[in-house]
Amino acid sequence: MAKLASALVSRLVIIIPYAWLLFFFLIPFFIVFRISLSQTTVAMPPYTPVFDLAGGLAGILDKMRGFSMDNYVWLTEDVLYFNAYVSSVIIATVSTLLTLLIGYPIAYGMARAPRSLRPMLLMLVILPFWTSFLIRVYAWIAILKPEGLLNQLLITIGLIDQPLIILNTNSAIYIGIVYSYLPFMVLPIYSALEKMDHSLIEAAQDLGCPPVVAFWRVTFPLSLPGVIAGSLLVFIPAVGEFVIPDLLGGSETLMIGKTLWNEFNANRDWPVSSAVATILLLILVLPIVYFQNIQTKAENEGR
Amino acid sequence: MERWSRFNIASVVLGFGFLYLPIVLLVIFSFNESKLVTVWAGFSTKWYGELWHNQGLLDAAWVTIRVALISATCATVLGTLAALALVRYTRFRGRVLFSGMVYAPLVMPEVITGLSLLLLFVAIGLDRGFWTITLAHITFTMCFVAVVVQSRLLSFDQSIEEAALDLGATPVRTFFAITLPVIAPAVFSGWVLAFTLSLDDLVIASFTTGPGATTLPMKIYSQVRLGVTPEINAICTILIGIVAVGVLIASIVTKRREAQRERDERAAFAAIG
Repeated sequence: MAKLASALVSRLVIIIPYAWLLFFFLIPFFIVFRISLSQTTVAMPPYTPVFDLAGGLAGILDKMRGFSMDNYVWLTEDVLYFNAYVSSVIIATVSTLLTLLIGYPIAYGMARAPRSLRPMLLMLVILPFWTSFLIRVYAWIAILKPEGLLNQLLITIGLIDQPLIILNTNSAIYIGIVYSYLPFMVLPIYSALEKMDHSLIEAAQDLGCPPVVAFWRVTFPLSLPGVIAGSLLVFIPAVGEFVIPDLLGGSETLMIGKTLWNEFNANRDWPVSSAVATILLLILVLPIVYFQNIQTKAENEGR
Repeated sequence: MERWSRFNIASVVLGFGFLYLPIVLLVIFSFNESKLVTVWAGFSTKWYGELWHNQGLLDAAWVTIRVALISATCATVLGTLAALALVRYTRFRGRVLFSGMVYAPLVMPEVITGLSLLLLFVAIGLDRGFWTITLAHITFTMCFVAVVVQSRLLSFDQSIEEAALDLGATPVRTFFAITLPVIAPAVFSGWVLAFTLSLDDLVIASFTTGPGATTLPMKIYSQVRLGVTPEINAICTILIGIVAVGVLIASIVTKRREAQRERDERAAFAAIG
């Protein structure tokens, strides 16, 4: 009896979260895909239902004939969507590299800090992650505006005499992404570097290896898992970013997250936004699976 | 002995300056007398006073807090179960899919999560509003809780649990008497994380909301689009304050619990020895 109860409990521990994620995370993707194949109508909800079990098998087959690739054809016909995908991937790639360039020295400096200081430094990197994304992006508007704080400072110290136009350009998007995602890059690199045995570097240097070479041949390869995890944590969400291009970018900025949002909220075109989301997901599926593999590996090593 | 070189100190100081300066400036200008956010005109708390008369804002804040409280609590239960499933049961059918579903939401672009949940709610005919936002928030925050609790469970000495089971405790009793007290700090930080994520979310809430349910980030967003105002700076400062205090309490609780645990363990070893 006790055995039975314990088996039941152990099943429930798995079944409850499993069922929740299946229903609220996985099944919705199939619905998105399904609706991307339906036609736009002026109704609520604004699409023709594609699946209806009430009609039985014949009904389903009948409906399957109603599947349409129109929305996907539409996406290929309007060059706007293609450009938005390409520029999202480019912007995300450049921002990921910039974040790595800025984040690596910070993580390195933290990992070399006196042991007693490290928990506090770690806390300070995590803290911005807990404060609102929206607020952190908003904070940059006041700084980057033509009459904003950065331009005031640069003009006062005499570096420039005309205000720089940064807000509503792609540069502002880069700044926004680097700023918002920096902790995601610093944390995994820091944890990789912190585990590293410093005597390896000392050994390399004792053997006559210059510090720069020692860094590239010993330190960097050892921190690579952190670099990869951090880059994925920045790149994947950045491709679909909405808030940053919307608030900091200009009218000419094309990013697919913003396109999807506009398609959905302004044009009320649910089937087209579903098609946009489906293709975005296809672009991201490889990096996401790669990220999951890294996580699973880390989990097994922690055992 | 390794030393903290000047280069390392400089990169840490500059990095933290970059991370914190924008937030500090935002807080400073929330106390600005002038309506212009970028020109300092003297200290004033009048923008905070005006917040209290903005009924729409207060309503939104109340909706946001209720959503965050309910969703963080449910997400903590579900996330802890998910972490237990991942750590304690290394083999079950569909485990790869399960761990995939736990990790994917951590990086999934919010527009995709938001759209897909909205379409689910429409498909099952759920009225959109307060409860759909809450369900959506439970779903994406539970995965963050799972990761936080999982890392604690991985460093947990399972032999204590086995001892309790050998002595005849039921698995449920073992969980509440042994496992939960040990992982409690992680569960608590998971809850705080879920709470702040829910408090901050704009995109998923915008997709899954319906008429009548406006959250604070949605309200802030619609005002930000019209321009920067000291009033928004004031709301943001209050939110930052709440989060900072929450995180501070969480870290103090965690530290205390860990210190207590270490003392207990030492006492136990002393008793055995």
